Amino acid sequence: MKLIQSLLAICSLLLALSVHAGKITVAAAADLKFAMDEIVTAFKEANPGEEVDVVYGSSGKFHTQIQQGAPYDLYFSADIGFPHELAKQGFAASEVRPYAFGRIVLWSASLDATRMTLASLTDPKITRIAIANPKHAPYGQRAEEALRASGLWDQVEPKLVYGENIAHTAQFVQTGNARVGIIALSLALNPELANKGGYWLIPDTLHQPLEQGYIITRRAENSALARRFADYMASQSARTVMTKYGFVLPDETAGK
Amino acid sequence: MVLTDSDLQAIWLTVKLASIVTAILLVVGTPIAWWLARTRSRWKGPVGAVVALPLVLPPSVLGFYLLLAMGPDGPVGHLTRALGVGPLPFTFWGLVLASVFYSMPFMVQPLQNAFEAIGDRPLEVAATLRASPLDAFFTVALPLARPGYLTASILTFAHTVGEFGVVLMIGGNLPGITRVASVQIYDHVEALEYAQAHRLAAVMLIFSFLVLLAVYAWRPNPKKG
Repeated sequence: MKLIQSLLAICSLLLALSVHAGKITVAAAADLKFAMDEIVTAFKEANPGEEVDVVYGSSGKFHTQIQQGAPYDLYFSADIGFPHELAKQGFAASEVRPYAFGRIVLWSASLDATRMTLASLTDPKITRIAIANPKHAPYGQRAEEALRASGLWDQVEPKLVYGENIAHTAQFVQTGNARVGIIALSLALNPELANKGGYWLIPDTLHQPLEQGYIITRRAENSALARRFADYMASQSARTVMTKYGFVLPDETAGK
Repeated sequence: MVLTDSDLQAIWLTVKLASIVTAILLVVGTPIAWWLARTRSRWKGPVGAVVALPLVLPPSVLGFYLLLAMGPDGPVGHLTRALGVGPLPFTFWGLVLASVFYSMPFMVQPLQNAFEAIGDRPLEVAATLRASPLDAFFTVALPLARPGYLTASILTFAHTVGEFGVVLMIGGNLPGITRVASVQIYDHVEALEYAQAHRLAAVMLIFSFLVLLAVYAWRPNPKKG
């Protein structure tokens, strides 16, 4: 009896090792910070023993790094253009899948932004406004488009300071160094930021859609875990988290 | 090799920042280095360690603390408001202040070594010739420490030119104000403008090499000493 028990134990251990020997690294745009953390936690609970590391940063930087052989298995970009380009160059092991549309908001840590509109930014009391760098950050480009479409760009531009990515931009506002910022809705809905100030949703008619997409990279071609994680993004629980953080899901856009 | 106007602006800004920081640190660093070289106080260790901190700390730590300290709720922020100047982040002078901290060890440590190498003897001789301590410092110690000043100034200047993390944290990337060459290169790479990044990066590479070459070429040879 004892022998059978220990044999069983060894067998199950071996089984566990063979099934759960996976480890993947996900490169995710900074706007996914809180949503992806929750999704990964839930994925790990559903798949015990699997390891999923997430690196957050700017989409453009990841794009360059993957071209140079960075060890990322999945790449979630805030701008679907980057993964499309990588796929064209042969760096993808999957088709480019859209996963969400991002929204931008006006957010302040010290003022009640729910009562503001873009026109409030011309208020002389607001001396610094943070946006992500429009040169390479998708959220920054949309912020610039919205300001231009409202005819406010020329008045507001001298007050702008530029964050390296959208999380860095939020940090400028959170520390009070900029009174107001244009950040991702997904960050403004995070409890830590939502407790302060408030946000005003910038109408998405003022800017190009912020379509976000992901790929499995070529190096993860044979990784079952990478595929399983990709499939998990389409699951109901992942979708619920994404919606909670204000992302509009690709097949829901008609309603918005 | 063609650099764009914004590249040239970034280079000019970098040179301006590094020159001002070097000038300030020559004035501020000298008494600190002198004191560290000659004191027997029990504060020598702690003060020396604080000066050396930026050598060890990641620039992100320094940048983060400076952003909080200079912000409207931070101690420096309160001070600047009381003095009637605006908040320092996202300004050129904010960068100067941050760089003074960041580059401090590169000025103080070579100077301290130079002052220590002089020893007590020349100053004692000057004192017997009735030179006041200040007089002795300017006529005896300063000329003897000249190679140390050269090394310290070049290293401080070069290190400020190479600054990136702190500038990114508190600069806000404003053209002509806080967008220095290192940030400009980063932006080029992020925007996938590799050709422009290459050109500016090559300028930085050649500059850094020449600076280090100068330091090693002019450093007096101890064997000849």
